[in-house]
Amino acid sequence: MSIRLLMGNGAIAEGALAAGVTVATGYPGTPSTEILETIAKIRDKNVYVEWSVNEKAALEVAAGASYAGHRTLVTMKQVGLNVASDPLMSLAYIGVKGGMVVVVADDPGPISSQTEQDTRTFARYSKLPIFDPASPEEAYAMIRDAFDYSEKYSTPVLFRPTTRLSHANAAIDATDERDVRQPEGFVKDPKWVIFPRLSYAAHKAIEERNPAIGEDFSSYRFNTIEGNTSANGTRLGIATGGVSYAYTREALQILGADCRILKIATPYPFPETLAARFLNEVDTVLVLEELDPVIERELIYLCGKLDKSVKILGKGTRHTITSGENSVETVTEQLASFLNCQLSTVNCQLSPPSLPIRPPVLCAGCPHRASFYAVKKAMHGKKAIFSGDIGCYTLGNAQPLDMVDTCLCMGAGITLAQGLSRAEPDATVFAFVGDSTFFASGMTGVVNAVYNKHDMVLVVLDNRITAMTGGQTHPGIGKTLMNEPVPPLNIPAILTAFGITPRVVNPLDHKAAVAAVNEAAAESGVRAIVFEYPCVNVAKPTGCASVDADKCIACGKCVRELGCPALSIDNGQLTIDNQDEKRRVTIDKSLCTGCGLCAQMCPTGAIAEVSE
Amino acid sequence: MNILLAGVGGQGTVLASKLLAQCALDKGEAVHTAETIGMAQRGGSVVSHVRIGAGAFSPLIPKAAADMLIGFEPSEAVRCLPYLKPNGIVIVSTRGIMPTTGAYNPADMLSYLKTVTDSAVFVDAEDVYRVCGSYRPLNIALLGAAAATGKLGFTVSDLERAMRAQMSAKNAEANLPALALAEALK
Repeated sequence: MSIRLLMGNGAIAEGALAAGVTVATGYPGTPSTEILETIAKIRDKNVYVEWSVNEKAALEVAAGASYAGHRTLVTMKQVGLNVASDPLMSLAYIGVKGGMVVVVADDPGPISSQTEQDTRTFARYSKLPIFDPASPEEAYAMIRDAFDYSEKYSTPVLFRPTTRLSHANAAIDATDERDVRQPEGFVKDPKWVIFPRLSYAAHKAIEERNPAIGEDFSSYRFNTIEGNTSANGTRLGIATGGVSYAYTREALQILGADCRILKIATPYPFPETLAARFLNEVDTVLVLEELDPVIERELIYLCGKLDKSVKILGKGTRHTITSGENSVETVTEQLASFLNCQLSTVNCQLSPPSLPIRPPVLCAGCPHRASFYAVKKAMHGKKAIFSGDIGCYTLGNAQPLDMVDTCLCMGAGITLAQGLSRAEPDATVFAFVGDSTFFASGMTGVVNAVYNKHDMVLVVLDNRITAMTGGQTHPGIGKTLMNEPVPPLNIPAILTAFGITPRVVNPLDHKAAVAAVNEAAAESGVRAIVFEYPCVNVAKPTGCASVDADKCIACGKCVRELGCPALSIDNGQLTIDNQDEKRRVTIDKSLCTGCGLCAQMCPTGAIAEVSE
Repeated sequence: MNILLAGVGGQGTVLASKLLAQCALDKGEAVHTAETIGMAQRGGSVVSHVRIGAGAFSPLIPKAAADMLIGFEPSEAVRCLPYLKPNGIVIVSTRGIMPTTGAYNPADMLSYLKTVTDSAVFVDAEDVYRVCGSYRPLNIALLGAAAATGKLGFTVSDLERAMRAQMSAKNAEANLPALALAEALK
């Protein structure tokens, strides 16, 4: 054992490896990405790990290995579970042999996601047990339990960290020892083949099994009742789980208060016996949880089932927030009111100067900016609709580019565009898709377009990486997660095989890029442009732009039209001491990569690319 | 001890918080940190929370509970002031990073910081550029300045040890002049 600083995601990876995982798969997605990256980094040779092409593939690869007795781990973010739900719903009926844990990271807020869906609700829907850790330390220990329960009940189990846990770090006493198992191997048996008759029997077995698991969970070590009922005779209790448990403890410390707490680490199947014991001790319960009122509904249900008169306060009674994430502040306020405590407020300071708004933006030098700018320039004054997708390039929706009119889910931009072009036949409809998204779920959409003779311009923004999640490999890169070389799949060649010959252009060559868009827009049917240039986090900067102060007329065109974070007028300091000086554009040399887009569009030729 | 690091995505707050956590680990102290990862990392406002010592449950520092605020950018320091304890310490880089939504004047932020705190320590990123030939080691220079106040709980040599543990030998070596900057300018 050694004490190390581990990120919640790292703790899950270390814990899974210690528990003897030999096959790990997943698709990148914030906040889950670092789990598989950690496994790839620290694994022994006998552990296989892959970035699958999407979550469905990841789950199926892992299920196959579990059929043969291997302990397997699958990782994804919450919306990834939607993609993997087809195999998962059936796998719940079929079951597994080797322990299989599906880690689905939820994102209350949401901080980096399309939805605030709650995987605990998905657990009930799919009838699968779920583990909901409250801290990185707990996640480290709990992931091993999850494997054990999976094998005990021959079922895949869900494991659900949230962003604040996944991206929190803690000093954890982690072992370097690994459980060694001898998987039995795949044994042929009709039970691996799903058929209606088998499904009926499996469903029946699940309905009988789950109450037993709930009973088992009532004595599970991380489901606890703790704290004291208040001294003044009021029988108040708190029910909580996940990171909200940590907020609850912190809030009670701030308030100097104590309270009986039911902590739920396995929201489904619900540990009813334990919860019933808690309900016996209290008259009123405040439920503190994020997203869906899962614990809240279970308690209300249990009160009805057991004919108990306990008041359950929470989202349903609007005592807590129904969307967004909890924080120590929200929980402290709710608890102060619930426990009737004095909440000391901090004195307001002098009111601050108005703060600049700083939304996320495409990086300085990002090739996506150049691609969007080329399409924008080419389509200026013409009727066009721009269908976007999931990735860094979703940020192309922001001003001043304003080039993303729709964004729904992975791969949807391509197929949405087809519906839009049927409804708006006089508009040129563009679908932007990144390289990783193209492989994940874009290709089938392109096939649909070709087969059904749709009218659209597909624009593949190929920056040679899965960028938004921090630079993961994909089938087009030529390297696996285990760093093995593999022939890269070539996007233009794939499109050509589909019957579309794409124009392949470097988006940083502005003239050529605009020309390609103009040509494609003038044609009909399915056309494609592949803008190829590596992400700034992959390619080394080529230099830095510089401004000729004599030539710059401070027209602001570059700042206004490109929205590049490296460009500003006078670095914002005009108002202090240089008011008499001539205004000019400033390049932030800590950010500029020398992409040269501003130099190509400057009307006075004041900006030059200076190579390093 | 609660330390909040506030900056703009890409400035290296994550590495800085990792180094502080490593220092705490080296001293056998309990430590929790939390990071902004994901979409906001792309040039948006980011914060890292570092909580050292037992008794911290939440990975995030509650409002008005930070002993020290390390601002990598003037407006981001002001944005996070509500996290600072009364009489908490502010270390701040004076160099503004202009948002694409419109330029602002960093001097307004710095003079505000001067009025609301007695102890603000200002770090000039141009010094870092002069010494290291790049703005990148600003994160290390800010940690050096925090250590130089004597109130961080870690010394420059603690930080140096953490850098050698967490960074490649080449990177650690290149960043050492930034770490020593605050002491050198004293």
